[in-house]
Amino acid sequence: MLTGFITILLLIAFLSAILYDRLVVKNRKIDAVFGNPERANGGYHWVLAGSCSILLLWLYFSWDIARSYYPQSANELCQVAKVRESVLGINYIFPIDQRTLKSTDFIERETKKINLLKIEINNADLNIKDKTQLLSFLTKSQLMIVALSDEKNLKKETQSKIDLVAEKLSSLTLRFQSDNFPEEKSTEEKEKRKKLLENQTDWGATGMEIPPYPVTKRGEKFESASIEMNVIVEEFFQIKNDHKKFIDLSLNLKNELKEFKNKLTESQTLEKDYLRKISKISGRISRSNIFPSKSLDSVERAVKEFDETQKVEQGNLRVIDTFLFPAGTIVASGETCSEQGAGRWLPKPTDTLRIFLDLLKPSVGYKNFPMLWYQFIGFNEVIDFIVPDWIADLLPGEYPVHSSNGEIEPNFKKHALNIVSGEFDSFKIPVPSGHIWDSFLRVFLGLSLGVIAGVPLGLFMGLSRFAKGYFDPVIELYRPVPPLAWAPLIITVFGIDNSGKVFLLFMVSFAIMIVSARAGASGTQLSKIHAAHSLGASKWQILRQVIFPNSLPEILTGIRVSIGVCWGTLVAAEFLAGTTGIGFVENVARKYMQYEHIWITIFVMGMLGLLFDLAMRWVIARTIPWRGKG
Amino acid sequence: MSDLVSKNLNMLFGDTVHALKDVSFTLKKGELLTVLGPSGCGKTTLLNIIAGFLNPTSGTISLDEKEINGPGVERGMVFQQGALFEWLTVSQNVDFGLRMRKENPQKSKKLVDEWLEIVGLQGFGDTPTYQLSGGMQQRVALARCLINNPDLILMDEPLGALDALTREKMQSLVLKIWKETGKTIVLITHSVEEALLLGERLFVMAPRPGRIHKEYTLPFASMGLQKDLRSIKNNKKFVTTREEILTMIWDMEEEIMGKEN
Repeated sequence: MLTGFITILLLIAFLSAILYDRLVVKNRKIDAVFGNPERANGGYHWVLAGSCSILLLWLYFSWDIARSYYPQSANELCQVAKVRESVLGINYIFPIDQRTLKSTDFIERETKKINLLKIEINNADLNIKDKTQLLSFLTKSQLMIVALSDEKNLKKETQSKIDLVAEKLSSLTLRFQSDNFPEEKSTEEKEKRKKLLENQTDWGATGMEIPPYPVTKRGEKFESASIEMNVIVEEFFQIKNDHKKFIDLSLNLKNELKEFKNKLTESQTLEKDYLRKISKISGRISRSNIFPSKSLDSVERAVKEFDETQKVEQGNLRVIDTFLFPAGTIVASGETCSEQGAGRWLPKPTDTLRIFLDLLKPSVGYKNFPMLWYQFIGFNEVIDFIVPDWIADLLPGEYPVHSSNGEIEPNFKKHALNIVSGEFDSFKIPVPSGHIWDSFLRVFLGLSLGVIAGVPLGLFMGLSRFAKGYFDPVIELYRPVPPLAWAPLIITVFGIDNSGKVFLLFMVSFAIMIVSARAGASGTQLSKIHAAHSLGASKWQILRQVIFPNSLPEILTGIRVSIGVCWGTLVAAEFLAGTTGIGFVENVARKYMQYEHIWITIFVMGMLGLLFDLAMRWVIARTIPWRGKG
Repeated sequence: MSDLVSKNLNMLFGDTVHALKDVSFTLKKGELLTVLGPSGCGKTTLLNIIAGFLNPTSGTISLDEKEINGPGVERGMVFQQGALFEWLTVSQNVDFGLRMRKENPQKSKKLVDEWLEIVGLQGFGDTPTYQLSGGMQQRVALARCLINNPDLILMDEPLGALDALTREKMQSLVLKIWKETGKTIVLITHSVEEALLLGERLFVMAPRPGRIHKEYTLPFASMGLQKDLRSIKNNKKFVTTREEILTMIWDMEEEIMGKEN
């Protein structure tokens, strides 16, 4: 309902954006020539149109539009699919789905094989007697085909059975068309069906399942037809073309083959080989159940008629299936039905949003951990985490020792230790937590450490022959290795929790920051450094006041690149190991085939990446407005 | 006696490039020296040695009887492209030297305002330097150098990148500053006219090896202090000297081309 409304809104927005652009083009005063970058400015209505078309495509290809406008269509199409499934076997025999009759096809294939084998045997190195014998077997196999194809041999009884099936089919077709087709059910059956329907959920309410029991009149009609059709088809496949002539020929050939086989000695491997091939062919023909081509005409006609009728009876369902179920359809398998195609792996926006909002609830979350929330942590724990314990060791004095009466007198140093190790009662402060926060924190920590360590070293390397030469080998050795190649080792050494991932990200950003800071430092114009020298600046002042600001554009670009690479590495590392984080959520969702969750994580990652980049752009615009203008 | 005294300066880059050979001169306090010469004659090398950015291979150079050994505040330098710090505003650029020496900020501020007025940039103190035109950037560079009150001002083609009109204005400014402060100035230029107009003394240098080819003592700088610069350019003596120097440089260039062929 809401989805349908939104679809129309999106369509209107999309079309009005296009109309608005016409207006803009018409009223444009300065028509910039082609190639002028001015022409790329503005165009926010195209942003709207682009967003609308993405959403519309998503709604359309996930079959959400079909669900909002025709909520029963999946259920009805499921019944249609059941009918289609029931006639599948019989259709396969006639040239409905195929080009030729199945029997014709079979005869053509086997005759070709027999003829090939005949030529092969003729040219084989065998004695004349065996050769003639083998060739005669093949001729007899061919005779079996002839016997089966001949109408005169067909038993009257068999033909009447076939005609009976055709009659039943025609009768079903006739009744199917009438309005009161599924005849009134018994009260007992009605009760049973009612119960089933009560337990049945709506389309998509339980993941991607389709409600299998018909809820509409049309659906009931198709379901009943499919049940009846199954019985008729079963009956049809029981009929065998087993007249006396064929049975005699078949038995005869079987015996002769056996006799010949017994006469063969151990060493006659070639004969044995040919015999095996002939046995296979004759066996296939005995089991083939070939009918004379005209004898099945009545059934073929009836099946075709039924097919036409069921298509007509589908009515607008066929249109819905074609246009609102793009790239796939609903397929039945026995009692159940499922979405096959785009609708299966592309979750519906409505479901995705519902699950996303559900996940955001701190009480639900994913795997007992919220996506983004806060928790209360004692201030002492925060202190313990941030302040290293060895600070207490540096203070003057000694830790207390126990006295002769076994008492310990705490002194100043002991109190300091208690504070830095968090052993004191304190108030609680709220701290963010959750999958998204964990991922964010890892990127932030890894990146910050990389910047703090990488920028000074990079600057040093850009300015000193010693530093450049000394540190170059180790950095150039590990930098080109894809970060993920380090992941297994680092996760083993540092553990699957935060420290391993933060260290991995530190390695990534450290290398990038070194390279960019080095480029920035060595790119400083010599005249600026000369100027600073002759203005009386010291070495440290030149580094701090000239080289560092001059390298800022490179450093900030390096940070921007680092963010992208860190983000990608983190998600992959969370895939490998861990119990929290966005990548972890996606990995678990993949295992359970929760397509909605996968799409949600993809969306969240995209949004976070965008936020990072926007923040960096803001920082760059604020700190280095002179870039490219010097 | 704060003279700039150079004795037998030699500068070799590698074994083959003889950038300077036996350059000796004495520059008295308050003199304005312009150095002229074809490219590759060692003008910039000489300036870099005076500034202390390079150490000569042999020979000595001293200012105020103190040997020059490394850059110092007493020798201020103005570069061709200004070499301003883009991340700072105009006044931050100007008081850079004072800040580096941790002078009293209030005193610095007053000085900065004074100097901005002298170079004609009052009101531009808070403008970022990348928004200034080429001429204005050079004014900032001049002020930044002069606020340190150096004994000697070195100028490396400071007006080379400016258009003709701006250039003329800046030339007057340089003369005005020279007169008002009485500083010793060494100015390197490509332009013969500029060298004649501004130079109280003029060295014409020759390349391969770099050396002082001819020395002039000129009256035009003192004249320029009173008169319009353009009228000096029509002075008869000015024209003949200009033609003489142009011929000299032309000959030098031809000699180089001949050597190369």
